[in-house]
Amino acid sequence: MDLIESYKEELQLIRKPWTRVWVGAFVLALLLLPWYAPEHITYVFSIIFIYTVGVQGQNLLIGYTGQISFGQAGFLAIGAFTFGHLSRLGIPWPIGLLGAGLAAGLFGLVVGFPSLRLKGPYLAIVTLGFGVAVYQVFVNSEVLSGGRMGMIIQKLSPHFGLSRITYNYYFNFLIALLFTLVSYNIISSYMGRAFIAIRDNDIAAEVIGVNLTFYKLLSFAVSSFYTGVQGGLYGLFLGYLEPNMFTFMEAITLFVAVIIGGLASVEGSIMGAAFVILVPQVFSSFKEMVPVVYGVTILIVLIFEPYGLYGRWFKMRLYFRNWPFR
Amino acid sequence: MTNFFQYVVSGLSTGSIYALVALGLALVYRSTRILHFAHGDITTAGTFFAFTLLGLNLHFWPAFILAMVFGALIAMTFYFCVLVPAQRREATQLGQIILTVGLGLILQGLISYFGGTEPQSFPFPLSDTKIYRLGNVVISELSIGTFGIGLLTCLFLYLLVQKTRLGLAMRATSENLPAAQTMGIPTRGILALSWGLAAALGVLAGLFLAPTLLLDPFFMLEPFLKGFAAAILGGLNSLPGAIIGGLILGVSESLAGGFISIAFKNTFAFLIIILVLLVRPEGLLGEEFIERV
Repeated sequence: MDLIESYKEELQLIRKPWTRVWVGAFVLALLLLPWYAPEHITYVFSIIFIYTVGVQGQNLLIGYTGQISFGQAGFLAIGAFTFGHLSRLGIPWPIGLLGAGLAAGLFGLVVGFPSLRLKGPYLAIVTLGFGVAVYQVFVNSEVLSGGRMGMIIQKLSPHFGLSRITYNYYFNFLIALLFTLVSYNIISSYMGRAFIAIRDNDIAAEVIGVNLTFYKLLSFAVSSFYTGVQGGLYGLFLGYLEPNMFTFMEAITLFVAVIIGGLASVEGSIMGAAFVILVPQVFSSFKEMVPVVYGVTILIVLIFEPYGLYGRWFKMRLYFRNWPFR
Repeated sequence: MTNFFQYVVSGLSTGSIYALVALGLALVYRSTRILHFAHGDITTAGTFFAFTLLGLNLHFWPAFILAMVFGALIAMTFYFCVLVPAQRREATQLGQIILTVGLGLILQGLISYFGGTEPQSFPFPLSDTKIYRLGNVVISELSIGTFGIGLLTCLFLYLLVQKTRLGLAMRATSENLPAAQTMGIPTRGILALSWGLAAALGVLAGLFLAPTLLLDPFFMLEPFLKGFAAAILGGLNSLPGAIIGGLILGVSESLAGGFISIAFKNTFAFLIIILVLLVRPEGLLGEEFIERV
């Protein structure tokens, strides 16, 4: 949302020198976190990193391309169980994660086809149906879901003399960082601009030469790739999978994260992921109240701050940058 | 052949529940162009309210009517206190849909907090085990009651929408909001009434569904999704479409469960909807969207 004067500037990840300083400080603080924070916090942050990947994917679809999807839990399940089966076959984790992403991306392509004809509410119901269908298939098929007791996956064995929690933390941190950089690259390239054009008005976008079929399908594929990788990471982190982890509520959680964090912003996705993980932690003694907190936050955010937590943060920065002018 | 008729009869009974839910969703969508994701949770709240009243030894019928009023009040409060301010701030279509998701989450949390998550059985005047025979087809008293109440509600809604001045105002408002305002129709009141009516229909469906399922905070999720699918199948802006969609969905689901596989009953329902939408995106009786750039 800054004023951009040249293409080179557009491609830059960070434009202001002071932003570089605090982003650097933030990344450094995250890098050193396992050394000063208690183990519990490190554990929670690892889950936030895992969710960051999926929420960014969901944001690419909802925030940038403007297509509603309530079927994200289905992609999550497909990614997680693909990863599980691959790792049971003894395939190393990098290929497993890639496989998880590709399998989910392939299904994303299939679900994307209705999006070429359907809009808004109709698309929402189709994706929702997909999510329900995937859940049912995994519940009813023991071959796919690894039996009644769930699927046990071998966890990562720590290297470099780090403890398991610290090692997992760095592993997920690096992957989340990688996907964040990829998201920034997507949105500052032709692909991202095509997505945004489709969101703003798909017919107008087609008129000015955006290949609607290709980019809508691509958006679904990329988004579900992210979600599939999140599923794989989740399986690897917990070492255990069962179909009940991927109900409709899980899709709603990802959706809530995007809305609260801020539509169409990568930073917002990270904040949203942190929000949906931290709230249940804070309210762990009143578990029933977690949806209430989500709901109230959604109402407040949408009425008073449609751009979410990121929008608030952006306005605060603008206020201090221009101080004392308003 | 007997099996076939048996499945059709039980499908019609569940289908009339779906039709009631779908009618509520179609009423809301027609009037405000909002997909009402909190519909299931408002229904659950109303059913729990009825359950509490019955626990206080109130008679069935006043308790049911109070529960429907309670559901309608929640929906109207939401309309006036959340949706109207949001519309004043020019919330987008997607934003308004997400607001209903938020309301759904709030209600769901409150119901789990006050009502408890333990499944409870719901007392009901019509019995599930008392059965009638029509030739070889078996019908329980409850399914006859459900189907009857579905038909009665559809008739009532038809008379209300087509034959009264209020219905005329509702049709005018959904047809063209600014024009209706110019004609002196109190559109905000009419829209709030549509929301309330929709919620009352939903609670009615919940009350007739609770005896067959056990009552817990999530008992309405699946019927709500089905009702949603039924509304979309029939066309979201058409009330007769919602009824037909509900009945088709109920019967086809029951047939699929009976003849193909009971485990994938829900999946078949959604597959049918996806296929119908791919051929006719505006639903069976819906009107075509025309978009200008």
